[in-house]
Amino acid sequence: MHSGIIYSAAQGLREVLMSLVGIPIIVDIIMTIICASILLVIMATSALVFTLGERKICAFIQVRIGPNRVGPGGLLQSVADMLKLMDKEDIVPKGIDKWLWVLSPILLLVPSALIYAFFPFDDGVILADVNVGLFLLIAITSQTVLPFLMGGYASNSKYSLIGGMRTVAQMLGYEVPMVFALMGIVMLTGSLKMSAIVEAQSNVWFIVLQPLAFLIYIVTALVESNRPPFNLVEGESEIIAGPFTEYTGMRWALFFLAEFSNLMCIGILTTTLFLGGWHGPDFLPGFCWFWIKTFICVLFYQWVGWTFPRLRIDTMLSFGWKVLLPVALINVLLTGVGIYIYNIM
Amino acid sequence: MEIIDVVPPVLKDNVIVTSVDALFKWGKSNSIWPLSSGLACCSIEMMCAAASRFDLARFGYEVFRSCPRQSDLLIVAGTLTWKMTPPLIRLYEEMPEPKYVIAMGNCNIAGGPFSDSYSVVTGLDKIMPVDIYLPGCPPRPEALIDAMLKLQKLIRHPELGDAAKEAKAASLKNLRSMTQPVDALEEKAE
Repeated sequence: MHSGIIYSAAQGLREVLMSLVGIPIIVDIIMTIICASILLVIMATSALVFTLGERKICAFIQVRIGPNRVGPGGLLQSVADMLKLMDKEDIVPKGIDKWLWVLSPILLLVPSALIYAFFPFDDGVILADVNVGLFLLIAITSQTVLPFLMGGYASNSKYSLIGGMRTVAQMLGYEVPMVFALMGIVMLTGSLKMSAIVEAQSNVWFIVLQPLAFLIYIVTALVESNRPPFNLVEGESEIIAGPFTEYTGMRWALFFLAEFSNLMCIGILTTTLFLGGWHGPDFLPGFCWFWIKTFICVLFYQWVGWTFPRLRIDTMLSFGWKVLLPVALINVLLTGVGIYIYNIM
Repeated sequence: MEIIDVVPPVLKDNVIVTSVDALFKWGKSNSIWPLSSGLACCSIEMMCAAASRFDLARFGYEVFRSCPRQSDLLIVAGTLTWKMTPPLIRLYEEMPEPKYVIAMGNCNIAGGPFSDSYSVVTGLDKIMPVDIYLPGCPPRPEALIDAMLKLQKLIRHPELGDAAKEAKAASLKNLRSMTQPVDALEEKAE
């Protein structure tokens, strides 16, 4: 049925567990826990790797060298940063809404970790291949708005509140064109299942069939994950650090972790939805192609982030509602017409 | 006394003794995030230090946070006037421990050319504890990088700062006399 190294390894592990335990439900639970911990490790490592990567790429674009003193070639820079953040004083300001304030960074991490369950990493390697996969994924990613607003409101500071409100405005405003852009893919595939979407791209990638949707998706993905040039949520020159203004040490590091996890998410989503997922020439296994494409996408997003200046909030919002949304709707119309013509031909 | 001295002689060859403190010192000294705040012309040199020719990022110090809650180092760059002192003290107080201060430039070390002015703070150590003094008018970016490396050394070997301990304690006392604890303010409001 399925091929691929990871799939057969998982099957092997399942058989070993089956012979050891013997009860199918317990084996299922153990397998799920193993998969979930692997995904969490991937997420945490990505944050460590991408912080260094981001600083190196930023340095490269600005004709600098970037971190190179800590560890070989600066490799341990993010480890040093993490150690320092763990050691910092934990300031809990007076006048905050304590529970909301404490929960905000933790709750932000939940949706960004949860959506890793819906990513097809290789042929048959997907933790939860539900039949409304794409819909569920979008629903969960829109949950990230709430923790930002919670943190912004609970901090009891002007800058935090402005940052929180900006998050709501920009994320809701760009969620709509993103969903309509992805509608084209769903129309072509005829399914919301993530594995079916990848399967449909075995011959032609959707970037060829849906170029307009791809362009819209790139912009909206940058906005949804608060990457520059759309990082108005923490627009440093205007609102200090947005919703994170009052957070110190590890609490702030959780926000940071979620941000880099989101960066990897949009890389993975671009790969899965438009660049054929794990499909590629046969000389490399599927998951290699998947990660190569993902890292190219992440590199591209970082490149865009460090090249363009930050937009103003009003221009950005009017661009989302007045330009991207109509274009996304036109894309849905064009896709429908295209499918109709293809069917009668 | 080192921890290795406590280990029984029989086990000396079998255990590796390391210290969490040293690890954290290494982490702290390698990731000093300055607050992006500048007062006068010295801050131009500070910006320059992070740009491509001098590249403070090589040491991992280029993360200029705009929020005092997430920064470790306050570079007081430029002439400090008494008018500007309360906001600066507020920024310093908002930073989480462990925090460090570099007095950059002649002006805030001893007043510099404005030493007889009524409005200039002649000596940053009158209002807050200073870890590193960086003279120059203004100091070059290389000098700032050198100051930050000296700070790195100070974090790794805190005993180097023993000589300045009393002076820093006196500065801290001055700072406390100028600010009021939040509780006192709240009592007053009630």
